[in-house]
Amino acid sequence: MLEPLVATLITAGTQLLTGVQARWLGCGPAEVQRIYFANHTSHVDFVLLWSVLPARLRKTTRPVAASDYWDRGALRRYLMHRVFHGVPVARGRIEHSHNPIATMCQALDEGASLILFPEGTRGPGGEVQPFKSGVFHLAESRPHVELVPAWIDNSYRVMPKGVLIPIPLLCSVAFGKPARLEPGERKADFLDRLRHSLVELGAA
Amino acid sequence: MTLSRGLTNLSQGPAFGPRGQIRQSPGFAGFALFQPLQLPSSEGLVIFASVTAALLVATLIGLLLRRRAGPQPNPVLDNLSARIRAWWIMVLVLGAAFLGGRHAVILLFAFVSFASLREFITLTRTHRADHAALLISFWVVLPMQYWLVWVDWYGFFAILIPVYAFLVLPIAAVVFGDPRNFLARTAETQWGLMISVYCISHVPALLTLPIPGYRGRNALLVIFLLIVVQSSDVLQYVWGKLLGRHPIAPTLSPSKTVEGFAGGVASATLLGTTLWRMTPYRPWQAAAMALTATLMAFFGGLVMSAIKRDRGVKDWGHLIEGHGGMLDRLDSVAFSAPIFFHLTRYFFAS
Repeated sequence: MLEPLVATLITAGTQLLTGVQARWLGCGPAEVQRIYFANHTSHVDFVLLWSVLPARLRKTTRPVAASDYWDRGALRRYLMHRVFHGVPVARGRIEHSHNPIATMCQALDEGASLILFPEGTRGPGGEVQPFKSGVFHLAESRPHVELVPAWIDNSYRVMPKGVLIPIPLLCSVAFGKPARLEPGERKADFLDRLRHSLVELGAA
Repeated sequence: MTLSRGLTNLSQGPAFGPRGQIRQSPGFAGFALFQPLQLPSSEGLVIFASVTAALLVATLIGLLLRRRAGPQPNPVLDNLSARIRAWWIMVLVLGAAFLGGRHAVILLFAFVSFASLREFITLTRTHRADHAALLISFWVVLPMQYWLVWVDWYGFFAILIPVYAFLVLPIAAVVFGDPRNFLARTAETQWGLMISVYCISHVPALLTLPIPGYRGRNALLVIFLLIVVQSSDVLQYVWGKLLGRHPIAPTLSPSKTVEGFAGGVASATLLGTTLWRMTPYRPWQAAAMALTATLMAFFGGLVMSAIKRDRGVKDWGHLIEGHGGMLDRLDSVAFSAPIFFHLTRYFFAS
């Protein structure tokens, strides 16, 4: 019952702290099922991306979250499961008992859009790291879903890895042109193409 | 104990008098939240009505220009109407703050400083090793500066940033052991605080100046400064658009012209002179203060343009539609407010 209020407080606080703005460069905020894939340098990344989505899209957009991080502590668990409705996945080895691709596909089949950080972990704020292959398997098994690059700007300086308190700096999130897996496109080429589109968006 | 006593003594300058004494006198700092400013209601009403009338005229001119230009898209007119819309909002917010009283004005300018510092630091090259220094700037120095206006502690207000912050911040950065661009990073943090917090906090600090024969009317002094400086910006824009031919600083700010500068400064000084009744100044003094403020404002605008140009941006941000960021609107106020404050304090305060 309190969750919508908590969600509103978090988005309003993010807005006040970072004045974050959406730049819809390659597509509009349409009600299309999508996987937003973004660069990852800071804990505030997901909240920034989530805050700039229009409220109606936010309701159906779920972050893919590493369960080893988000299941530590009651507050994190509450935020991820009750407020953000995150899709928990285990990092590291894929096991039969818990296959992250299956979990994400299930969320897509329920109609959700996803927020995904294909670098797998927060980078040091310079280069975009090579993508993990999960996004390829998703594109292969759910070809109707649009893959939208989202470049999050300046979040590393707001809250770099290892600091507790953010500083208020202006941030923006740019959304690029939606991509899909081409027929016969190889995994490495596809991942490279996606990563390249994200880097290009960051330079725009 | 000794430190706090020493600092208290510093505050007992001639303008402020002993703090206790000021606290007791009505009309100055008290602890009641949102104590009314005692803005003389007739004067306040006249000013509000005049500013509203000026905005109405501007809105009408905007509509007429739009009608004459026809239906095709026109970016200059779009920007003009966005600017006028933003002016309505700014005047309403300022008016509400003045109605809310002294503390509401202080809180409003604290927020203005926050938004300005955020824009400034966003454009700097500070990085990971500056995080602690920036945390202190945003979450300690900025609130403290406005708290000092709130409690009317002038001596500490005047030195918190140029003495304490300027020495502590580079220490907070150097402990992270990264010497790359150290002087540049330190200077950027300090200048951000100087412009966005120290300078802008002198606007609400005008409310604390005890001026003989002017008690309870200090809010008018704030309004005088804002009207003179902002109208100088607007009039420079208008004169420049009407007559502007010769760029005055082509490498810094290509849209500024000699004609805009001369016309804007002259007409804003004239406007300031006609407003002398709302100030503690005689007419010639009001003219001198208005001229000083508009000159500082103009050259301050050039300084801020040079910073923007070097960083490769046109505007500081996007907070105020049509104007850019908070600093795009406030750069002129930042440069004129401290000089205006100190001239008034030196020549007119008791």
